[in-house]
Amino acid sequence: MSTATTLPIQLKGATVQRKGKVIVGPIDLSVEGRGITMVIGPNGAGKTSILRMLHGLDALSEGSLHWQGGAKRVRKKQGYVFQTPVLLRRNVLENLVYPLKLRGMARVKATKHAMDALAHVGLNTFAQHAARTLSGGERQKLALARALIMEPELLLLDEPCASLDGNATKAIEAILISARKTGTRILMTTHDMGQARRLADDVLFIVKGKIHEAGTAETFFAAPETPEARAFLNGDILP
Amino acid sequence: MNELTQGLLDAWRLIFTFDADLMEIVGLSLKVTLTAVAISSLIGLPLGAWLVVNRFRMRRVTIAVLNSLMGLPPVVVGLIVYLLLSRSGPFGVFGLLFTPTAMVIAQVIIITPMIASISHQVIRDLWADYHDLLISLNASRWQRIKALLWDGRRALLTAMLAGFGRGIGEVGAIMIVGGNIDHHTRVLTTAISLETGKGNFAFAIGLGLILIALAISVNLVTHWISKTERASTW
Repeated sequence: MSTATTLPIQLKGATVQRKGKVIVGPIDLSVEGRGITMVIGPNGAGKTSILRMLHGLDALSEGSLHWQGGAKRVRKKQGYVFQTPVLLRRNVLENLVYPLKLRGMARVKATKHAMDALAHVGLNTFAQHAARTLSGGERQKLALARALIMEPELLLLDEPCASLDGNATKAIEAILISARKTGTRILMTTHDMGQARRLADDVLFIVKGKIHEAGTAETFFAAPETPEARAFLNGDILP
Repeated sequence: MNELTQGLLDAWRLIFTFDADLMEIVGLSLKVTLTAVAISSLIGLPLGAWLVVNRFRMRRVTIAVLNSLMGLPPVVVGLIVYLLLSRSGPFGVFGLLFTPTAMVIAQVIIITPMIASISHQVIRDLWADYHDLLISLNASRWQRIKALLWDGRRALLTAMLAGFGRGIGEVGAIMIVGGNIDHHTRVLTTAISLETGKGNFAFAIGLGLILIALAISVNLVTHWISKTERASTW
């Protein structure tokens, strides 16, 4: 696997439109460095669209996306976890073996690697179970393990703890903290301000498709600059 | 009603005495149709998946044409294959007319659109789930098609069984290109047609019942082998 970095990734005047309606943008953003950036904002603000743009899943209507290399090379260095975990219709182990085999790893090596990854997220006893039989938290852990098994430089997570209970959320957060320690850059969306306070090094605050605030989590939560951010943190409903 | 009862008795007698002619006809019926289904699946399943993952001009028209071809009249297919394989036709040199191979060719033409069309519909639903994930994992187009075919294999079995059902019960095309020659190209459907023409209704019904039993048996065995409706990995 190439060790050359694919960061920074830069969005300049990036806009995504659907049926003539601006979903997000124009925004300028540079993803680099280390740590966890929380993308927060009300529903429909465009948080998911930003993650999808950075992963090349949504094409830009305007503006530009600067990757350090082609889309395929960059995606190899990225992991993406969807809000609703997409699992292959296979057993738990095969869900992890598949992406490794896509990269040309031999089955025996891929299986061993996958078993190690399952042990890391506490799913090794479910290896031969059908993925569909997992609980919501276990599914999300499996999706996270699949993203992490590729040793991504940048991990994009779309509300990975949505609709999970406290214990499942805690388990997911522990995995994310462990990934941060190994140097994985993480961008994740969340509606859970408690989680944002626990995990965030930086915050991107999005309203109506635009970045309203970007800075350290400490500053954002202690002294938000914009009235929208203050209102959001107070639990007010933004228009 | 008498003919139906006599048909049941005939069917019973033919099966349990292992009637040599019947076994030959059943064997050829299975051989021709299973070969045609195998070839059609090799063409139709990847084609159905390919149509799902690729975007190109005229794609919708292609899918509409494919769906329409499911209703291809077998007699017309038989006629066209006959003209192509006849001595004066472009493939006459191969001497395939009135052989089981000609019957397989006709069935492949009839079955392939059905398998491709059903598999397209099955895989389209799976693709809706997998689209973002497979792009995210950097799967190439061929790898996407392989993943869709593998993970959708149980549902795709339905497409293959539908193809088998159409093939095993087909009479118009194989009558024309096979000729219903005794001990050479006679299959269950053409034998039924012949016996009916001779006024031998009880025997024809007996063969018909065997044909139905055969179709059901193949379906059951296929489901049993593939573990459909039982604990599966998905």
